[in-house]
Amino acid sequence: MSDSFDQISQQLKRRHRKSARLKYFSMGALGLAAMFLLIFFADMLNKGLPAFKQAMVNVEVNYSEEASRSGRAAIDRDLSSIVSRSVVRVIPLEMRNDPSLLGTTQTRWVLASAEVDQYLKGNRARRLDADDMARIDSLVASGQIEMRFNSGFFSRGDSKMAELAGIMSAVVGTVMTMIVTLAIAFPIGVMTAIYLEEFAPDNRLTQLIEININNLAAIPSILFGLLGLAIFINFFGVPRSSPLVGGMTLALMTLPVIIISTRTALRSVPESIRHAAFGVGCSRWQVVKDHVLPLAMPGIMTGSIIGLAQAMGETAPLIIVGMVAFIPDVTASFTEAATVMPAQVFTWSGEPDRAFVEKTAGGILVLLAVLISLNASAVLLRKKFERRW
Amino acid sequence: MMQTNQLFLIFCSVLLLLGLVAFFVARRKATQVRSSGIAMYSQPDQYAWFAVIATAGPAIVLSAVGAFVMLLIGAEIPTFSLLLVSLVLAAVGLAVGMLLVRSNFHARQAIERTIRWILASAAAISILTTLGILISIIGEALNFFQMHSFWDFITGTTWAPGNSFLAAAGRGDGSGAQFGSVPLFAGTFMITAIALSVAVPIGLLSAIYMGEYAPSKVRAVAKPMLEILAGIPTVVYGFFAAITVAPFIVRVAETVGVSASFNNALAPGIVMGIMIIPFISSLSDDVINAVPDSMRQGSLALGMTKGETIRDVVIPAALPGIISAALLGMSRALGETMIVVMAAGMRPNLTINPLEEMTTVTVRIVAAMTGDLEFESAETLSAFALGLVLFVVTLSLNLVSVLMIRRFREKYRVNNL
Repeated sequence: MSDSFDQISQQLKRRHRKSARLKYFSMGALGLAAMFLLIFFADMLNKGLPAFKQAMVNVEVNYSEEASRSGRAAIDRDLSSIVSRSVVRVIPLEMRNDPSLLGTTQTRWVLASAEVDQYLKGNRARRLDADDMARIDSLVASGQIEMRFNSGFFSRGDSKMAELAGIMSAVVGTVMTMIVTLAIAFPIGVMTAIYLEEFAPDNRLTQLIEININNLAAIPSILFGLLGLAIFINFFGVPRSSPLVGGMTLALMTLPVIIISTRTALRSVPESIRHAAFGVGCSRWQVVKDHVLPLAMPGIMTGSIIGLAQAMGETAPLIIVGMVAFIPDVTASFTEAATVMPAQVFTWSGEPDRAFVEKTAGGILVLLAVLISLNASAVLLRKKFERRW
Repeated sequence: MMQTNQLFLIFCSVLLLLGLVAFFVARRKATQVRSSGIAMYSQPDQYAWFAVIATAGPAIVLSAVGAFVMLLIGAEIPTFSLLLVSLVLAAVGLAVGMLLVRSNFHARQAIERTIRWILASAAAISILTTLGILISIIGEALNFFQMHSFWDFITGTTWAPGNSFLAAAGRGDGSGAQFGSVPLFAGTFMITAIALSVAVPIGLLSAIYMGEYAPSKVRAVAKPMLEILAGIPTVVYGFFAAITVAPFIVRVAETVGVSASFNNALAPGIVMGIMIIPFISSLSDDVINAVPDSMRQGSLALGMTKGETIRDVVIPAALPGIISAALLGMSRALGETMIVVMAAGMRPNLTINPLEEMTTVTVRIVAAMTGDLEFESAETLSAFALGLVLFVVTLSLNLVSVLMIRRFREKYRVNNL
């Protein structure tokens, strides 16, 4: 023990510095995660918010004889590169449906092309030349071109033209798919959990089921897609790309989430409640149905909402069962081809057009808003109804 | 098809009608028996429900089994006769249900038994799912291995499906196709390694901070924040990796003076690592919290600093749980699809340079499944072979992880992990 007091106190100081370093490192790690989250959301908002605005142009539509054959003739030639092709294309159809239009002119606000839209948002628009740009600038100055809220993004289906593409068909597809998923996964999941928690004897089979459920929760989602393709589509003949097959596939993925959370909820109901019910002569099913299940319901709902949110964001298995279809029309059917929100985001992200980057980010914002509000409602539900025994 | 739909609708409505009849008639009969002064084992409602089960149960089971057999063996049972037989069975069940409304029949126990069976068969579905995955993947993978040798698949270093689709269409012999999966697995493990080297330090250190240092207020904010990271869909991460992170990496690499591909492995790796952080931090946090406080106090009492206590006492004690978390994260990363599909490359490339383009197992699976290929073509079937390997690897990782956590749990007698 030749260390002098000074040496020891120095050593101590070093050790404390080291100790403090660990604290700052660990704090920094958490800070890093938070910083990433901030960068991520800032980036998505920055890229996605412009998608909710769309350039509109005020034009005079001239329903002439010539326009009934080619819609281009209805619009001033100078404006033809500014107005969206989707507007021009429907003019002959309009005239066929309403012959009285012939010979009249109307002034109205129509969609501008995606190029104009991108130019006004300050992005590079490759197909516009200097003349076009000058014309656009003067039209903006005279109030003939305006940026308006892009309501079409929320009411239209997919389109190859960026200015026309909307998320509605994907939203409808998501709703249909989730209906199928919940209709299968919720009852089966809750029933399985009730069996394992309340009825099952503790034998080999039960243990096998338990291990199996835990493993299912960790199997890569894409393998569920392979299962859906091989079993549901090829074997049972469920129509490909349909919300039915997508929902069934996602249901198998959501099942473990619902089972595990339901079991936790059932386990948190105290034994004394069961004993009391048995004591007044209830059968096991009566105990579960009338006493345990109602008390566990908030927990079960919370778990199911979280499972639903997970299923809603899932893409990989749906790609395998063909749910990345191009769906321009908004139709609600269980057996026809459909797409879902994340799959729509994936499709848009593959489009080469610059305007679709904005659409993709806009779709992501909608998806994130839905998912975050679902999760928030699950948390609120838990907070409101949670009982501590 | 239309006719089948109508038949099915008629079947359902007749069954519903029979069920209603069973319920009300049985209840009335039971009430009458009881009001005549005879003591019964069960309540009238329970007799009524039993009659409903006796009516609908066998009929539904028969028609479902019939439909399944029809699909399985392809046996031609006309839908009409199948449904008709089911309805006859329902009528028989109704009669039996009525007969059993008598004082010495335990309707409640019969219902109990039925419900137990229904619940057990629901639980069996999870087993069926796993079996379904195994059968579907193994079956198609075997088809693939009949065309190409298993050994070449495992050890080959060239993945070139080439014109195997022509062979499936009857043109060409597909001889040029090579299915050596080594470059795919190399790419997968490379990206997984990058992801883990991001996720494990950040996740573990965050867990240490939250478990050992953070005041409860910070904890209350930080935990949901990390959960948000877990809730972001992978397709969104993929977009972020491809649009924001990859160009950033290319720019940084250029300023340093190295060339990087826009489909480099680093971008999906880093973003995947961020995605896995919450999985690792939340499990590590639980484990660190489960280390008994007496160990910390003992260490502090011996004069160790807080940092030394964490490093030399808490972490070693929690190690099995931390390894288990890392393995779970690894299995997530191996099976992750959307991030690599959107941000990693399509070209199989055997390299250790993370700035180069490389591809993964899941990318090839998606590529094989989204092309306009015949289902029987070697490339489509190769997806199932890849899926089989993925399944085996992730399953064993999960099992090891479960065993590790069980060891930890037994050592410290923790029940809530």
